[in-house]
Amino acid sequence: MAMAIIGIAMSSCKKENNEIINSETEGLLKIMEMSDDEYTVELYSSTGNFQLGYNEVYLRLKERASGNYQTTVNFSWVPIMNMMTTTHSCPKSSIQKETGKETLYSGYIVFQMPENADEHWTLTINYETAASTGSVSNQISVPPSIYKKVSVFTGTDSKKYIIALVQPQKPTVAINDLTLGLFSMESMMLFPQVTNYQISFDPRMPDMGNHSSPNNENPTISDADWMYHGKLSLTMTGRWKLNLMVRNQDGNIVKGENVTNTQDSSLFLEVEAN
Amino acid sequence: MKKQLKALIISLLISKSMFSQTHPIDTLKNTIALSEIVVISKSLAYTAKQSKVLASVDEYLSKSANVSLIKRGAYAWEPTINNMQSERLNITIDGMHIFGACTDKMDPVTSYVDISNLEEIKIYSGQTGTATGPTVGGALDLIRKKQIFCEPHWSGALDLGAESNGSQITSGAKLNYAEHRFYSGISLMYRHSENYKAGKGETVPFSQFSKYNIAANIGWKINEQNTISGSMIFDKATNVGYPALPMDVSLAQAVIGNIEHTITNPTPTIKAWSTKVYFNTIKHTMDDTKRPDVAIHMDMPGWSDTYGLHSTMLLERNKHNIQLNTNAYHNRSLAEMTMYPADKSEPSMFMYTWPDIRTSYTGVSASDKIKFSKNQWLQLNINVGLNHNHVANEFGLNSLMIFYPKMRRNKIKVPFGMQSTFSLSKGKFEISAGAGYGERAPSVSEGYGFYLFNSFDKYDYIGNPNLKTEKSLESSLNITYHIPKMKINFLVRQFRISDYIIGIHHPEYSSMTIGANGIKIYESLKYASLLNTRLTIDLYNTRSLHTKAYLNYSRGRDFKGNNLPLIKPLSYQISEFITVKQFNIELMAEGATRQTNYSKEYGEIEKPSYVIFNFNIGYNIVLNKKKINLRMGIENITDKYYSTYADWNNIPRKGRNFFISTTYTFH
Repeated sequence: MAMAIIGIAMSSCKKENNEIINSETEGLLKIMEMSDDEYTVELYSSTGNFQLGYNEVYLRLKERASGNYQTTVNFSWVPIMNMMTTTHSCPKSSIQKETGKETLYSGYIVFQMPENADEHWTLTINYETAASTGSVSNQISVPPSIYKKVSVFTGTDSKKYIIALVQPQKPTVAINDLTLGLFSMESMMLFPQVTNYQISFDPRMPDMGNHSSPNNENPTISDADWMYHGKLSLTMTGRWKLNLMVRNQDGNIVKGENVTNTQDSSLFLEVEAN
Repeated sequence: MKKQLKALIISLLISKSMFSQTHPIDTLKNTIALSEIVVISKSLAYTAKQSKVLASVDEYLSKSANVSLIKRGAYAWEPTINNMQSERLNITIDGMHIFGACTDKMDPVTSYVDISNLEEIKIYSGQTGTATGPTVGGALDLIRKKQIFCEPHWSGALDLGAESNGSQITSGAKLNYAEHRFYSGISLMYRHSENYKAGKGETVPFSQFSKYNIAANIGWKINEQNTISGSMIFDKATNVGYPALPMDVSLAQAVIGNIEHTITNPTPTIKAWSTKVYFNTIKHTMDDTKRPDVAIHMDMPGWSDTYGLHSTMLLERNKHNIQLNTNAYHNRSLAEMTMYPADKSEPSMFMYTWPDIRTSYTGVSASDKIKFSKNQWLQLNINVGLNHNHVANEFGLNSLMIFYPKMRRNKIKVPFGMQSTFSLSKGKFEISAGAGYGERAPSVSEGYGFYLFNSFDKYDYIGNPNLKTEKSLESSLNITYHIPKMKINFLVRQFRISDYIIGIHHPEYSSMTIGANGIKIYESLKYASLLNTRLTIDLYNTRSLHTKAYLNYSRGRDFKGNNLPLIKPLSYQISEFITVKQFNIELMAEGATRQTNYSKEYGEIEKPSYVIFNFNIGYNIVLNKKKINLRMGIENITDKYYSTYADWNNIPRKGRNFFISTTYTFH
């Protein structure tokens, strides 16, 4: 009898705790879980999928035996593209605890190429708690996208770069906050942020005479996230092409051309305004 | 402070007139009226004198020397007064406000009525037209046909007309019943035209139209003083071509209704007080599916709904003839554009071109005609109102904020105006001189339009929510000289409009429309000035021979001296009216000199001079209470190929046209 009462009390207590913990992922959709014997890593995003280009990813670590979410974890991750002949990684951030959350951690990954029949991405996540250390790994799905959200290019300096659209993820007919991430490819595994370049852009509508929009602001670097922040005006719904030009710290063009009547820039990203 | 001053002026004006001394009211023989009236179907007797009985409302209006019409095709011409267009005019139906639903002005208010609905059109110049609200250029009030309470009887008419050019057919029918305390009537009008031919036989493609109009009205006399009436107009045009524009119209539909209460002589001073509540709703759908080689297919529907109240009180006391008006209306204007890329897999492109603009206006106006003596009178007009604009659509607001990041959702303007005219008749002369000041709030397109393509100057226009009210200082002089068998009238009207709203090219912005020259943003010019002059001569050679001729000269310039667009060049008209027994004959020559003062910046070219000749003859058969009017005529006898300053994109006007009409009426 007493056991039963305690049991009820415990379960209700646990339920309450779980409710708080569950509310931490409110508004997010689960992408997948990765488990070893002891722990499960849950991965979330706003869409419930990985996508080509920039991904804001949320993680938490659950102890399988107790079902408890861990509040103090050191996460790190290694995304790997397994190509036919080689493997490489991609730009990514470190993983930090979300401010104001107990169990939720976040970071970003920029997938610069989609999977195909023969080539796919795997994601390895390393965790470290007070009790134990381990890692989980799985193949993940990064399908091709309709719009170009990320571009890999070789600059005039012969270096390889990756530029990705971070914001807006849901562009509207308005002045949108624009965030672009610029990374250089130092090695197959190392993609540091480029923080001292200049990016200019010219949004165009290829299906409507390639017209532009007014009152755009070229993005400038912010030391908060070392990304480039500007303003993007979209005057109607539909596909917009962001023609880009990247200049180095000396003002020399690394990649991109001014849009003319006959030619767009060779470096561009795309968005669909809704 | 400004508002208080306005209120003070109004109250002074009212109190002054209320407490004046009693004097017998005398009738003036003055022929200088402040408004011109274009009669459409006032009386059966008048029909006999009409040159083209079954003409469209636009054609009736074009007979007025005070009105010019901008043509974008054979249908829905845009009236102008003093060389000013819709946004500077008050265009109302019996004082009821109604606003077109097309961002490209394809549906002026006058296109939603037909002659079967109307008795007459009152035309006011400048500030004399403020009875229905603030204006700069003037006002057009389309006065609906009204039935009268009388001995019980039925009356009606059948109309049938045909025109050779465009194989146009016009047919109509009406049936009315009236008795002492009740009346009711219904009318129907149908017009259909194929493409017309310009002079020398050139077909103007996309100039066809079809339209029908059904109207009904009903009235009760509650007692000797009080009557209640109601009316309804349903007007629907389909398959309307606009040769001057890149798009046509598949549907332009209006429902216009009202209920009116009138009380006559409630007090010895108040002669009549009528109040109407009204609504109208317009749907307008543009269509480019029939056009070859469109760069991109688009849907451009528009909606305009208006609800309002109009109240007019007529007072007479001593020397004073006072009219007090209250106007209140709420309009919703919404228009959108969807573009479909040639590649069907691409997403469609959408924008609000009028982002659900709600305009609420509440205002009062007063006029007093003070008769000092048999030969002298003074008319005063004053009006003030509150104009409130609200951008209701969030999407649309965000769109506009791309251009105006700090714009507010709401905007309030307090347009104010006053005017006075002094008239004097002495010997062979009648002189009337007027001066006034008036303001107007920007129109929906001027304030909130989003990428509105003007096919004349080929710019995309962007509205400007920060526009100031436009302010007009006007003066007029009207002199008539009478001698037996002759009357000469000279008229001059001058406007100096500060903060004149017009589109200004902004090369830093990229146009949206494929093939457009760039972006123009509505801005306020320091000022613009407009001059309109007219000399009219009437000769009454014999009882049956009347010659009427007029010469019109206008000039419109901005503060730098640049020409304003759509200003009428030196033009003239000479008509000869001959009456022989039951026959009425009219011969007319109409023309203009070369348009030297054109505006290249707004897409105009120098239009050559032209003259055309028209002829028509009518015959009346009167049998007891039945009457048949037969009329036939030829317009543009010489089949001249011509285009005037008012022809959008320089489209040519109709070539030679034979018309015939029969009207059978009984009562």
